[in-house]
Amino acid sequence: MNSSYAVPAVALVVLATVLVGAFGLRISRTTSDFYVASRTVGPRLNAAAISGEYLSAASFLGIAGLVLVQGPEMLWYPVGYTAGYLVLLLFVAAPLRRSGAYTLPDFAEARLSSQAVRRLAGAFVVGTGWLYLLPQLQGAGLTLTVLTGAPDSLGGLIVAVVVVAIVAAGGMRSITFVQAFQYWLKLTALLVPALFLILAWQGDGAPSRAFDEPATFRERSVVRVDDTLDLTLDRPLTVTVSGTIDGRAHDNDRLRLPAGTHRVEDGTRLTFAKGGDVPERDRGAGGDLSPSQAESRGERPLYATYGLILATFLGTMGLPHVVVRFYTSPHGVAARRTTVAVLGLIGAFYLLPPVYGALGRLYAPELTLSGDADAAVLLLPDRVIGGLGGDLLGALIAGGAFAAFLSTASGLTMAVAGVLTQDVLPSRGVRHFRLGTVLAMAVPLAASVLVGGLPVADAVGLAFAVSASSFCPLLVLGIWWRRLTPPGAAAGMLVGGGSALLAVAATMAGFPGAGALHALLAWPALWSVPLGFLTMVLVSLATPGRVPAGTAAILARFHLPEDLRAEVKA
Amino acid sequence: MSGFIAGLCVAILPLLAAGFWLGRRTARTENLGGLGTPVEHATFETLHTASLAAPPLRAGLTEETARKSARRLRSLLGTDALCLTDEKQVLVWDGVGGHHRTEIMELLAGPLESGRGEAFPLTCDTPDCPVRWAVVAPLTVDDRVHGALVACAPRESAVLVRAAGEVARWVSVQLELADLDQSRTRLIEAEIKALRAQISPHFIFNSLAVIASFVRTDPERARELLLEFADFTRYSFRRHGDFTTLADELHAIDHYLALVRARFGDRLSVTLQIAPEVLPVALPFLCLQPLVENAVKHGLEGKADKCRIQITAQDAGAEALVVIEDDGAGMDPVLLRRILAGEVSPSGGIGLSNVDDRLRQVYGDDYGLVIETAPGAGMKITARLPKYQPGVHSAGRLARG
Repeated sequence: MNSSYAVPAVALVVLATVLVGAFGLRISRTTSDFYVASRTVGPRLNAAAISGEYLSAASFLGIAGLVLVQGPEMLWYPVGYTAGYLVLLLFVAAPLRRSGAYTLPDFAEARLSSQAVRRLAGAFVVGTGWLYLLPQLQGAGLTLTVLTGAPDSLGGLIVAVVVVAIVAAGGMRSITFVQAFQYWLKLTALLVPALFLILAWQGDGAPSRAFDEPATFRERSVVRVDDTLDLTLDRPLTVTVSGTIDGRAHDNDRLRLPAGTHRVEDGTRLTFAKGGDVPERDRGAGGDLSPSQAESRGERPLYATYGLILATFLGTMGLPHVVVRFYTSPHGVAARRTTVAVLGLIGAFYLLPPVYGALGRLYAPELTLSGDADAAVLLLPDRVIGGLGGDLLGALIAGGAFAAFLSTASGLTMAVAGVLTQDVLPSRGVRHFRLGTVLAMAVPLAASVLVGGLPVADAVGLAFAVSASSFCPLLVLGIWWRRLTPPGAAAGMLVGGGSALLAVAATMAGFPGAGALHALLAWPALWSVPLGFLTMVLVSLATPGRVPAGTAAILARFHLPEDLRAEVKA
Repeated sequence: MSGFIAGLCVAILPLLAAGFWLGRRTARTENLGGLGTPVEHATFETLHTASLAAPPLRAGLTEETARKSARRLRSLLGTDALCLTDEKQVLVWDGVGGHHRTEIMELLAGPLESGRGEAFPLTCDTPDCPVRWAVVAPLTVDDRVHGALVACAPRESAVLVRAAGEVARWVSVQLELADLDQSRTRLIEAEIKALRAQISPHFIFNSLAVIASFVRTDPERARELLLEFADFTRYSFRRHGDFTTLADELHAIDHYLALVRARFGDRLSVTLQIAPEVLPVALPFLCLQPLVENAVKHGLEGKADKCRIQITAQDAGAEALVVIEDDGAGMDPVLLRRILAGEVSPSGGIGLSNVDDRLRQVYGDDYGLVIETAPGAGMKITARLPKYQPGVHSAGRLARG
């Protein structure tokens, strides 16, 4: 890939983000007209901001990569990411806005008037935020590697430094405008190249292959294997090898590999002939750092799919950077309208990644081998269109991908740093907020260097699972159930969220490598969410004396429209 | 392999956190025993237990606070069972012998009436009941009995009578402090209520005079101004809720400035820079308008030429930052400090000190006004408003912009 256009594109995105952040406020609102100046954020602008902050590297790169490798079942990811907002709309959006809470710990305190539950919620916000930041940094590393050939961790480091600098310097002042801008940037960056790709595909005679057929090489292809892997061949395969296969070194030898499993060491270069089938990669074995969840998904597709659906449907409402945006809505009704608009915007965006996934299977099938399937979106314009046009479109996509990392990572960092500053470090002004920002970024950065290798969309799925098992019970029961008590809420969050967190940690460590237990741990939402709800309900029922005083008044405030409330009081 | 290690680290983190928390909870008392003689240890421990029991009681005597403090009080007294009551019912029974809970109120009628301590045996049908004898010590605030502390033991003990009396006196002191806290809160509330009717009378006279001057020359303008005046006074006199939103407060400021502009014409220019994210922030009612009024006064004071006022509201994470700046006469910082401390009364209008007091009362002492000024250098007032504060909710919805 030609980096001479992509690097300026990335730099341009960073610069534009900083400029819109710093001057957006000045341009749009400096006026002597109060009615213009105090116009609240409309639902559509706010929805674009929420979407901009929400559409992360997982959406921009990860989904196409998963579709490329594993086919259309992976469409559950975009469906889940979108449908989460439907649940949010139905159960949470308006009451959450009316609660007046700015963050999830605020909500816990407003509803249960308990400092202990507030601190616990803060701890889970930090945990979820770190889990979610991890894949953002990995995705950024991958993008920079593909663009410039720099080492993997460097890209993550660059994004981390840029985000910390922007957030700590207070450069995201007019954050709504920045994030709304990022949404439209991301949509453009995927839509325009997608149109060109489809035109090129049409010009190519619109070839199509069913997803269950093995992918084939359309031309002579060279694949460099970065991680040691096992290839499983159904039929003998002729390939030119320079490197090590099955423990034997070759230098540009033409080999005929018999059917069976072959181990390919890292650094090996394989050249496949035109028209050959792309061999299957054996996932569970080899030097893969963490066994992908793909394996257990293959074994238990139904369980894995339901696990994913539950996690994404219920996890969205607990994402710290999403909740914070709802505060900007002037009232509950606007919060609902915003959510509806978000559904539309995100739905429109998610039509695009599957296109890249499908085209990737046609034009860049070797990515399933090299382990960089997440890079499919970045590489496609170069493969399909090529030349200057391909380079320019690639640069546009690279810019969009960077916008995805920046917006999500900065939103998350703000949220995590806010909680760290307020609830963990003694709050003494801006200096501590900067310290919180550094801390919020340092931990996932260290983890991304240590863990590595987990597919971006999978890692995000884990963050959703933790959020769904801890915050979904708190929010839903907090808003709709009078008898929730502080001990119940604390126990539910600890048991549900804690068990999901442990399962996630075990999965990342590659603890039980295979089997039913691995499936359970890799897709924890299906058992941990009901567990969280059950614990919360049972413990609350067991401590009826601890229902906070004034619960009825608080719930009335959550549910009564603001107009009515003013009239009742007047 | 390194993935495994990393995962292991992640898995160990919650354990470490739990261990840290447990360690902190359990280590407290042992730490205190590190120095001094055994007698001093005992003293330290007693003082420590007493200090732990105090904070809940500072919120007054309720079921919740009684439950939180009863365990500490019982370990302070070293009895098997301890009970706290108010005038009507048992609030909490901590320790053994909970079946006496029902009968205790009848036995307490006398001491609650007289306000004098008493000790009496308890009759019980259960053969091995651990509590046979009870000491009652009334809890009094301002010579009025608010409740009683009952300590139970298997047999009579003069030491317990003495100790229960002392502990009850100590609890009474805490309750008196709670009472004091409450009256302080009530005082501030009353102050806020008083402040509401206190829009500067000068402002009303001046506004009406200006409007009158327009009635003949420009009746349309006069009508508009009257409506602005009506809107502003309606906002100032509204009855429900102590809090408003930044958007509503800004609208009120706009009405106010329209009336001021009618008086001073082009001499006053106002620019605004408002981040739309902070408009829904709830804040104490009428706490920015006085700052603007102050800026107008200082800006036009002793100056013939124009005065510029800049109002900025920024988003700063979990807070909103509101800055009101004028380029007027400024003020001597020493004098300003004395005004804020309440030593000198300000010359008129709603003082800055009042706004400062109210912000501190609602958000805590970290959130007072920050004022930068010097004679002839204008004045810059910064207010930090947390986006969320327990108990702060704006009444009603935002005006549609």
